[in-house]
Amino acid sequence: MTDDPDHKPASLLQQDARTKARNAAEKRFRWYGIIAIAISMIALVVLLATILTAGAGAFRQTYLNIPVTLDPAVLDPKGNRDPAEMAKVLTLSYGRVLDAAVEATVARHGIRIEGLSDKDIDGLISKEASAQVRDRVLAEPDLVGQTVEFDVLTGGRIDGYFKGRVTMDSAARDSNTSPAQLQLAQELANRGEIVTRFNWNFLRLADASDQRPEAAGVGAAIVGSFYMMLVVLFLAVPIGVAASIYLEEFAPKNRWTDIIEVNISNLAAVPSIVFGILGLAAFINFAGLPQSAPIVGGLVLTLMTLPRIIIPTRAALKAVPPSIRDAALGVGASRMQSVFHHVLPLATPGILTGMILGLAQALGETAPLLLIGMVAFIRDIPSGLPQGLFDPASALPVQVYNWTQRSDPAFIERASGAIIVLLVFLLCMNVLAIWLRRKFERRW
Amino acid sequence: MPLSWAFFASFLLAAAGYILGRSRAFATAGPDARALHSRPTYHGTSVGLMALLPSLGVLAVAAILRMAGVLTDETGPVVGILALVAAVIGLGLGVTRIGRQYQARNAVERMVLGLLMLCSLIAIVTTLGIVLSLVFETGRFFQVYDWKTFFFGTEWTPRFQGNSQLGILPLLWGTLYVSAIALLVAVPIGLFAAVYMSEYASRWVRGFVKPAIEVLAGIPTIVYGLFALITVGPLLRDYFAQPLGLGNSGTSVLTAGLVMGIMLIPFVSSLSDDIINAVPQSLRDGALGLGSTPSETVRQVVLPAALPGIVGAVLLAASRAIGETMIVVLGAGAAAQMSLNPLEAMTTITVKIVSQLTGDSDFNSPETLVAFALGLTLFVITLALNVVALIIVRKYREQYE
Repeated sequence: MTDDPDHKPASLLQQDARTKARNAAEKRFRWYGIIAIAISMIALVVLLATILTAGAGAFRQTYLNIPVTLDPAVLDPKGNRDPAEMAKVLTLSYGRVLDAAVEATVARHGIRIEGLSDKDIDGLISKEASAQVRDRVLAEPDLVGQTVEFDVLTGGRIDGYFKGRVTMDSAARDSNTSPAQLQLAQELANRGEIVTRFNWNFLRLADASDQRPEAAGVGAAIVGSFYMMLVVLFLAVPIGVAASIYLEEFAPKNRWTDIIEVNISNLAAVPSIVFGILGLAAFINFAGLPQSAPIVGGLVLTLMTLPRIIIPTRAALKAVPPSIRDAALGVGASRMQSVFHHVLPLATPGILTGMILGLAQALGETAPLLLIGMVAFIRDIPSGLPQGLFDPASALPVQVYNWTQRSDPAFIERASGAIIVLLVFLLCMNVLAIWLRRKFERRW
Repeated sequence: MPLSWAFFASFLLAAAGYILGRSRAFATAGPDARALHSRPTYHGTSVGLMALLPSLGVLAVAAILRMAGVLTDETGPVVGILALVAAVIGLGLGVTRIGRQYQARNAVERMVLGLLMLCSLIAIVTTLGIVLSLVFETGRFFQVYDWKTFFFGTEWTPRFQGNSQLGILPLLWGTLYVSAIALLVAVPIGLFAAVYMSEYASRWVRGFVKPAIEVLAGIPTIVYGLFALITVGPLLRDYFAQPLGLGNSGTSVLTAGLVMGIMLIPFVSSLSDDIINAVPQSLRDGALGLGSTPSETVRQVVLPAALPGIVGAVLLAASRAIGETMIVVLGAGAAAQMSLNPLEAMTTITVKIVSQLTGDSDFNSPETLVAFALGLTLFVITLALNVVALIIVRKYREQYE
């Protein structure tokens, strides 16, 4: 710079124009970095906030408390309280009993609203409510003839009204509800007959048809996801650890090992949907395993997770210093003994961390599961193990996808709620992984 | 599971073999167990494995033959008995071998090594499975559909009554368009974030920001998809597309691209972080010592030195973007068209794979089989990107080692 003839030596106390420009450039550059980080932080916060606000409603549910007179003439025509006979009475008949009960409650409170039709009053409760009452009556046949208090589900629109999703304006344009119906619901709520409480059923129940979002839950999806995680745990982890031990400790450095290594790093980057195609072609079309079964989903996720377990496991094995191996060999252990008795136990925390993170990734994976038929509508919770592995099941992320494909906006609330459940599981797994790493990590 | 009884029986036999072998070894050793070459547990394990492995082998071969259609379900009991016979023979052989000189530990270690090797082969088998299933079904597709029309056709209109137009170009265009937008978002943000964190940020900021960005990486793609569907899509439609008269679709290339860009930020930033940290400190010290400001050091020394690695990282991110499914399924739409307007709905290869393979599919019609051809195209593109990226990154690492 001193060679520059135009550049006069300036005072140390005063910045010349060029220094100013350079310092300004420095400041700008620093700001670019801060802006980049701010954008990613804002994206994270907005993303989580949207999902949380959209999904919080799924954990609260509106119920109508009504006394239902269980008319024996309708529910038990033979009059012998035999559950087998009573099971022949269709849900439809229970619907009539319930409609009468709702109308009676409205009349009892003396609520009069202009333009309120009988259809509006009957539509107050969910179509699922009659099935709810029927199940209860079949479980306790002696209830017939009595007047029993029931907390029945309200319809999806009424539920949405109390959560702010449905307004008087939107109801006026909606053929499934009317402003009069919402006024009636408000009146009943003022009298304490309609209450909103925590929705345990969301975590317990299976999916419901697209007409009754208020009854849909993630129970079956949680079970399905759990079964798949079991398959992944029992297949991917032992195989992945075994493969890593071989590649890291025993494999001779030759072409063949090179091929395996390149293969594994490429597999880790293959798009997940390609694994779905493999699962469809290999496990369902070729091997003849049933569609939508957790075992198939688990196998596909196993193949997908394997490289993601092998890579951190190898890193954990590599981090154990060679002096440990040398010491074991020095006192007469075989190579196998030195690995299984000394290296592997020391690498366990790292392996566990990698394993949990691999499982967490597998839990959130959706695309391959769509292709093996897990999008089907699953009405029942899969049975116990081991038969449950072959039952049709759903999975949490797939359930989310399923609900986004339905027209009723109430399902968006359910989908976001399911995502909250999924994120809670992922959070727990990640916290566990971080805790393991912090607690047991050793630097050599 | 008709053969689960044989499966469990072989495990029981193996356990029995372990106990038998161990006690037999104690018996041969006499009063001093040190007379044996290997410890009694190794003798037990060797007998157990010699019973277990042959029968599992028989069961595995039978399962593969059954899937290939060589064996029928009726042969089930025969296979089961065969497996048990194999287990018993192995057990007998193992027990007769026990003696003072028998090197049971070496035998066990050889068997375990074989098992470990087998496990490491599964990665190869998976790749082979992917390639075979894709190539085989794509071959069937090209028997019923002209390959030239597939690769050069500009129209995508599958009809289930037949006579479909299945040209890949509109899908490829949508895929590349979405990926390009995603990279335009992710690369500058990810790169600047990485530079700031490795060159400027204080320890405290790094300790807070780095995990937060990693959280973005841990969020499943379906969550991003829902975010695109319920937030970004309507936002872009109401505040950009409709006022500007560019369309009124809730799903669009820009929606999917933006959200995918957010998803890729942590990927780009963590890869670039590694690469920037791999640039030797001496280069930085040299530049700073000559009087350049930190930003000049980064722009004129660190980034040029890290450039090959960063190019590799961008290629890896591109391969991620091209193979991403859920965000485009929920965010980009289903209309196959080649348009320049980023606020219009377009579709990608992955979206069409999902839509052709879900629901009732007939595995003989070109409308279903085309999904495998699309899958193969996707696999080849991403594989090529990955291989090139890995070569670049590896070369670059060697440069500074």
